Order: sequence, then C-alpha cells, then structure tokens
Amino acid sequence: MQTQRLTRLLAAAVMAGSFAIGSIAPAFADQTLLNVSYDPTRELYKDFNAAFAAKWQKDSGETVTIQASHGGSGAQARSVIDGLDADVVTLALEGDIDAIAKATGKIPADWKTKFPNNSTPYTSTIVFLVRKGNPKGIKDWGDLVKDDVQVITPNPKTSGGARWNFLAAWAWAKQANGGDEAKAQEYVAKLLQHVPVLDTGARGATTTFVQRGLGDVLLAWENEAYLSLEELGPDQFEIVTPAFSIRADPPVAIVDGNVDKKGTRKVAEAYLNYLYSDEGQKIAAKHYYRPTKPEAADPADIARFPKLTLATIDDFGGWKEAQPKFFGDGGVFDQIYKPAQ
Amino acid sequence: MKAHSPTRWRFKRPSVIPGFGMALGFTLTWLTLLILIPLSGLAVRSSALGWEKFWSIALDPRTLNALRISFGSAFIAAIVNAVFGIILAWVLVRYRFPGKRIIDAMVDLPFALPTAVAGIALTTLYAPNGWIGQFLTPLGIKIAFTPAGIVVALIFVGLPFVVRTVQPVMEEIDKEVEEAAATLGANRFQTIFRVLLPGLAPAVLTGFALAFARGVGEYGSVIFIAGNLPFKSEIAPLLIIIKLEEYNYAAATGIAAIMLIISFAMLLVINLIQSWSRRRYGYGA
Repeated sequence: MQTQRLTRLLAAAVMAGSFAIGSIAPAFADQTLLNVSYDPTRELYKDFNAAFAAKWQKDSGETVTIQASHGGSGAQARSVIDGLDADVVTLALEGDIDAIAKATGKIPADWKTKFPNNSTPYTSTIVFLVRKGNPKGIKDWGDLVKDDVQVITPNPKTSGGARWNFLAAWAWAKQANGGDEAKAQEYVAKLLQHVPVLDTGARGATTTFVQRGLGDVLLAWENEAYLSLEELGPDQFEIVTPAFSIRADPPVAIVDGNVDKKGTRKVAEAYLNYLYSDEGQKIAAKHYYRPTKPEAADPADIARFPKLTLATIDDFGGWKEAQPKFFGDGGVFDQIYKPAQ
Repeated sequence: MKAHSPTRWRFKRPSVIPGFGMALGFTLTWLTLLILIPLSGLAVRSSALGWEKFWSIALDPRTLNALRISFGSAFIAAIVNAVFGIILAWVLVRYRFPGKRIIDAMVDLPFALPTAVAGIALTTLYAPNGWIGQFLTPLGIKIAFTPAGIVVALIFVGLPFVVRTVQPVMEEIDKEVEEAAATLGANRFQTIFRVLLPGLAPAVLTGFALAFARGVGEYGSVIFIAGNLPFKSEIAPLLIIIKLEEYNYAAATGIAAIMLIISFAMLLVINLIQSWSRRRYGYGA
C-alpha cells in the first residue's frame, strides 16, 4: 500500500517536472539571438544590438531579439560549457573560447579562422587611470614600483583583463631589460607587492579605485578607463597612456552546436559580420574600442587613441602557451606570489 | 488496529494526523533530488583527482591558508553573533519599546538581502574613505580589505541565525524563574549564568552552528570586502572559483569536498554537544 502510494507520488513529481521543462522551450516565435559576452562590453553591445536589429529588420523583414549576457569572461565560458544556449560568444580571451571548443565540441577548433583578423573585430590596450593631476607622477611602467605607489589590478586567476595587465607589465619589463625574462619576472613580482587588493573582475577593480578611493593607479582596459572618465567626470581622474603596452584582442565566435540546433546560423553569422562592417566599427570606436578598420570609424573617435608601441600575445607564443605558463596551476603567477607572504 | 500488527515495522508511533508513508516518501525524494545527488556529484567529480592529487591539493600551503581563513573567520564571527545575538534576542523578548517591531523585522534583513549587496554596502562603509572607515583609518585600524573585513561581513550574514533560534526558546522561559532565583538569593550575574544561560545553551549552539556553517560557505559578501590577497585574505570559496576559472573542475570539487568534510565533522560535534546539553539543561527536554 505505502510503496504504491510512494510510486504514485514519485510519478506525479516526475511528470510535473518534465512538463515544466517542456513548456519553456517554444516560448519565442521570433528569432532570438543570445550573445554571451564579458563585463566591460555592456555599453558597446547595448548600442550595437539595437543597430543590428534595425539593420536585420530592414534587410530581411524579420525581427530579431538579441539578448546579451555579461559577466566575468571565464565564468561566462563555463556557463556555455554547462549548457547555456549561446548563439555567439564575444569574450575577453581566446583561451575562454578554446575552452568551450575543447569541452563541448560545439565550436570547431579552428574557430579563429572563421572571421577576419583572427576573429577579432576590435582591439583594446592596457592603460593607467590615475587621480587628477597625477599626484604620484606616474608616466610609465617603471613608476608603478616606486615606494609609495599603490596599484589596483584584478586577480589574473579570475579576470581576463588582469591577464592582459600582467602580460603588458611583463612585456614592458622584458623589452626594457633587453629581453631578460628573469628581470621581467622580478619586475612583475615587485609590481604585485604594490597591489593592496585583488578584485575578482575588471569592474570590481574599477569600483575599488574609483569609488573606494583606494590606490594611486588602476591598470585597466583602455575602453574601461575612458568609460570611467566619462561616467565620473574628467575632473577627478586622468588617463596616462604608457609608451609601451599590449594589444588586447577580445575574440568572437559562433557556437555552431547551438545555432544549428536552434536554426539561427544565418542571423548569427550576419550579427558577427556586422561587427566588421563600417557601422559596427564606428560603434566600437565610439565605445573606445580600437577598430580594426580605423578608416570606417569617425575620425574624431580615432583621434582620441594615442599612438603607442604594442606587444601582442604572439610575442608570448599565443594564449595556448602563455595561459599555462603564467596563469596555470603552479605557473609564474603562483610562483611569484608565494614568497610575497 | 493496523499500527499494532506485529508484521508492520514502524519508525515511530503514528500520529493522529495520517500520512507517515507519504511524508517519508516525500522527504526521501526531496533529499535525494536536492541534496544527495548534487553532493554525490561532488564526490564523483573530485574522485577524478585520485588520492595523490587530492592530498597535494589539500596540503598545498595556499589551500591550507584559505581554509584557515575561512573557518577561522567564520568561527570568530559565529562567536560574536552568539554573544550579541543572545543580547538582541533578550531585548526583543523581554522589553517593550517603540519601534520594537521594526527592529524585529530588521533582524531578518541579512536573510533577504543578496549577499553581494551586503558585501558592497559594507565595503562602502568600511573602505578607507567610507563613512566608518574614514574615522578608523587615522587610528590605524583597517577593516576593509583585511581579514577583519571578512569577519565583519560574516557577522552581518550570520546574525539572524542566532537571534531566530534563541528567541522562541527565550519566550518560553517564565519570568518567575528569574524571580525565584532572586528570592533564593542569587545575584544578577548568577541568575544569568547559572539559571538562564544553561537552558538556552542548546538553542545558542544551534544558532552558532548555523551562523558558522553559513560563514564557511559565504562567498558573495566576502569577495568585495576581503581584498582577496593570497595567504592573507583569500577564502576557500574564492580558491574554488579560481580553480574553476582554470577549468580545473576536479581540483575545485576537491577543495569543496575538503570543506564539506571539515564542516560536516564540526557540525556533528556541535550537534553532539547540543543534544548532550539539551538533555542536561534544556527546556522542554
């Protein structure tokens, strides 16, 4: 009797569960595109999505709703791995897209070749945000390790942006010391001792510097630095662009496994291609990303970007080599942080 | 009657309300779906590590430090909460004053507030330029971005646990008990420590255990105020996130399993003490 009652109850629970899951899927009749992106692209994609939806409506007559999901680049990649139905991913690091490709097979291993410029429609770089009047006189990377300077950067273990910061500092020290890796490591280790707080993401670090008033200099994406300036008024902060930095490439890719299942391949391809169009490049430049086709963007926007010498990830042998070497378990970051205690 | 038939084996004498079979079925199903399956997933995933790797992660100085910081600050916060939770509950139970209902409701706020919001708010207060921090900084006291900040955040999220477990038990203590103690010549100190507190001990321990357990696993509020410096203010949940960030699921679940084992052992001990003290002193035992 009792077991029977129990089975009946279980069956009812299972049925209720499957019914709830089944009814979610066909809720949208229109085309819906999900762009899984990282933190500091919020404003960029808000603009871009509106522009693309209008363009798609005009060209094809279809309405498309674009949903954007933002968060830490690595966490976003993990959501896609765990089954988030992303049509396209626009992340901070190549390694994060590689991880999705490897773990799920939903993205082909050669995804970088699918779109122009190694699938990077816009680039950025790492600059310094300092307090108004630059009281500590910070002009270049060497100034960051002066005695009384506090540097704010997120944790490279949890933040894609912080990995660019780390590599930029490394690249600078290496070229300043005639290619000496040991000297570069020494410099970065010293730099890390000037960091009082390791936030988990780029936005958190910006908040620490800007709102909490902590530190003398924030290492930040160029677009994030300009955004802070725009949001909080140039009367409080200024941007110092060092003569040497790194070219940060945030790549994009289509999640083939998902678009084929959902039948959204055409619109997803159009969406990413639109990033390379003149309009897309214009919008990127407006949001302080360096466009790959500067001639398409507004010249006034381009004029805001100072010229500087840029290292690239290729100088480190690409992310496939740099990621495990510097940021993997027991990598350079772990090694130089241990003695610092 | 059915209940007394010798072939039927029962866990407990049936209540006047029917439905033991259904209730037990529901309990087991629910526990399995929500707790046992996720937890066994944890065991399965961390077993991918193998013993040797598991131990090397467990004994890594960074893991040990993070565990020490997590369990240490949760312990301190739970003790602070036990002390001040008792006082708060006492005030709420024994006195009537204007605004009492508002304060009573406010105690639950840490339950409802997203922990990240709590973390951001506390950091804003205690940062060197914050409302409270600006007065502490000249005195050389640093709260935000130090282990002290972690404790502050954990005190915040853990407070309601103690108040809400102690409050109902306190309400059961008759005022006459205190009056009787006084007529028998006990001073106030003796009344509190020999009459009132022993009876409250089981409830306080429960509240302590809950606040402690919550503190050990807390991530959202701590992450903003801790500063997250390895070996100094890096909590174990952050270390798990870091391992996930490296797509090292096995190591992440490994640390999680270690935390789980320690927590379970500690909660078990607390529960044993609690049931002992309930038998010894408790009200309604």
